[in-house]
Amino acid sequence: MWARARSRAAAEGGAPVTASGVHFGWNLVDDARQLFEFQFMVNAFRAGTIVAVVAGAIGWFMVVRRQAFAGHTLALVGFPGAAGAVWLGVSAVWGFFGFCVGAALLIAWLRPERGEGYSEESAGIGVVQAFALASGFLFVSLYRGFLNGINALLFGSFLGITDGQVLVLFVVAVAALAALAVVGRPLLFASIDPDVAAARGVRVRRLSVLFLVLLGLTVAEVSQITGTLLVFALLVMPAATAQLLTARPAVSMAITVLIGVVVTWLGLAVAYFTPYPIGFYVTTFAFAAYVAASVRRYVVRGPAA
Amino acid sequence: MTNAFIAGTAIAVATGLVGYFMVLRGQVFTGDALSHVSVTGALAALAFGIDARLGLFAATIAVGIGIALLGLRGRADDVVIGSVFAWVLGLGVLFLSLYTTSRSTGNGAGGVSVLFGSILAISADRARVAVAIAAAIVAGLLVIARPLLFASVDEAVAEARGVRVRALGVGFLVLVGACAAEATQVVGALLLLGLLAAPAGAALRLTARPYRALWVSVALAVASVWAGLGLNRLAPKLPPSFAIIAVASACYALTFLALPRRRGSSASM
Repeated sequence: MWARARSRAAAEGGAPVTASGVHFGWNLVDDARQLFEFQFMVNAFRAGTIVAVVAGAIGWFMVVRRQAFAGHTLALVGFPGAAGAVWLGVSAVWGFFGFCVGAALLIAWLRPERGEGYSEESAGIGVVQAFALASGFLFVSLYRGFLNGINALLFGSFLGITDGQVLVLFVVAVAALAALAVVGRPLLFASIDPDVAAARGVRVRRLSVLFLVLLGLTVAEVSQITGTLLVFALLVMPAATAQLLTARPAVSMAITVLIGVVVTWLGLAVAYFTPYPIGFYVTTFAFAAYVAASVRRYVVRGPAA
Repeated sequence: MTNAFIAGTAIAVATGLVGYFMVLRGQVFTGDALSHVSVTGALAALAFGIDARLGLFAATIAVGIGIALLGLRGRADDVVIGSVFAWVLGLGVLFLSLYTTSRSTGNGAGGVSVLFGSILAISADRARVAVAIAAAIVAGLLVIARPLLFASVDEAVAEARGVRVRALGVGFLVLVGACAAEATQVVGALLLLGLLAAPAGAALRLTARPYRALWVSVALAVASVWAGLGLNRLAPKLPPSFAIIAVASACYALTFLALPRRRGSSASM
């Protein structure tokens, strides 16, 4: 997958001749040197790290709140956003943020106050998702010639990330994490027991809307790098793994972020030395961690757990 | 066009029926997962050069059974389902890259038609197969409709009365899987959730009586497909899959105008 980018970077000059053939050897120092030889790879690692940390932190709350479906839908909404923005001729970034936050507000509005069926809410989310994706397809077909861009939007590419993009990612990530840090404690309370939290004066409904908007912002940011179909993997799998390993919130959040970062780095490195796409490696490593954690839990606690 | 009409109608009847139970059982996320799994199934079939339909049905039915089995000890929760299908989607990316590199002329266009459907490209042959499969799904669902309804509304009581709740759960997800694979051909893997969730969601909002809701759901699904195809005829710029999903979503949105949201009134449910 990286071969073309490597040869392009080498052709643009500045790279040593050895760059034409990248070989994985057991000399790990040499492998690391090859890995960071090019700026695009350094930027991919920077962006990947930022994305993994933010997605892990928000994803952890998403898993605690059992809002995987809402998270997945918000992740997909980035696609029509970007496609619509390209069709209108504005920057795709506006499309990502506009659509993801808009959809977050819509889902928050559809979310019943309490007690009403989960099924009614999920039907609403399903409709939002399908309509958003259908609109994305409409934008793409109205904007002729964009067809080959679909796969890049959906499946992402870590290639060609500029220094400027890394900076924007970093700023948005810091803002999202700061907001999360401010509402973290009441949000956790409201997530685990909304009734008791409401009785204790926590504004459950407002927190729920705020969380969905934060989720939308994060997803809009992450999907620009990973593609809209793969954001969800970074949101759900590290958090699900960590929560199998420990019940203590702070520890499990730290493990979540750690797993996310390690999986992303491994994925980037392995994809660099092989012809297959990074999305496959990241999801596979994350899933392997999840399966290992499930097996460990099964062995330690027995089948009843 | 006639083929699209015939296949579309048959598939709409099946999705309307299956979708009603899916929404009633709170398994919309499972439907979402299966729709994404069908992407991987179809891309795998393309990458290995076999009939895409084989890959579709094999993948969705296998994962449907897998989710049902995971749910045997308590219902499989969203996090487990999400982790599994995120990985399956990662496999899909692998197959997509195998497919596009092995057939440089393909250039991902085959992948796009899997994702967003190509109802107008359905041949008479494929339409006949689609009708047969849809008929099988409808027949299968009608056979288990009564006990499934019972088990969906009150699982514990149904089990106490001797209904085989778990077997029904597995059987139902097999039907959802088959339905997802089937609908992928009409509206595409990414959009079929709309055909499953929107008519059923609207029907459940319109009436509380199960059998009436079931038929309303089927009627809305069929009407969406017809109206979508008609819209495409009037304005060829609108892709048919977009038009179908837009009509279905509009039906769902209209139920919010017709019936204002109940604000926390039925807290006892």
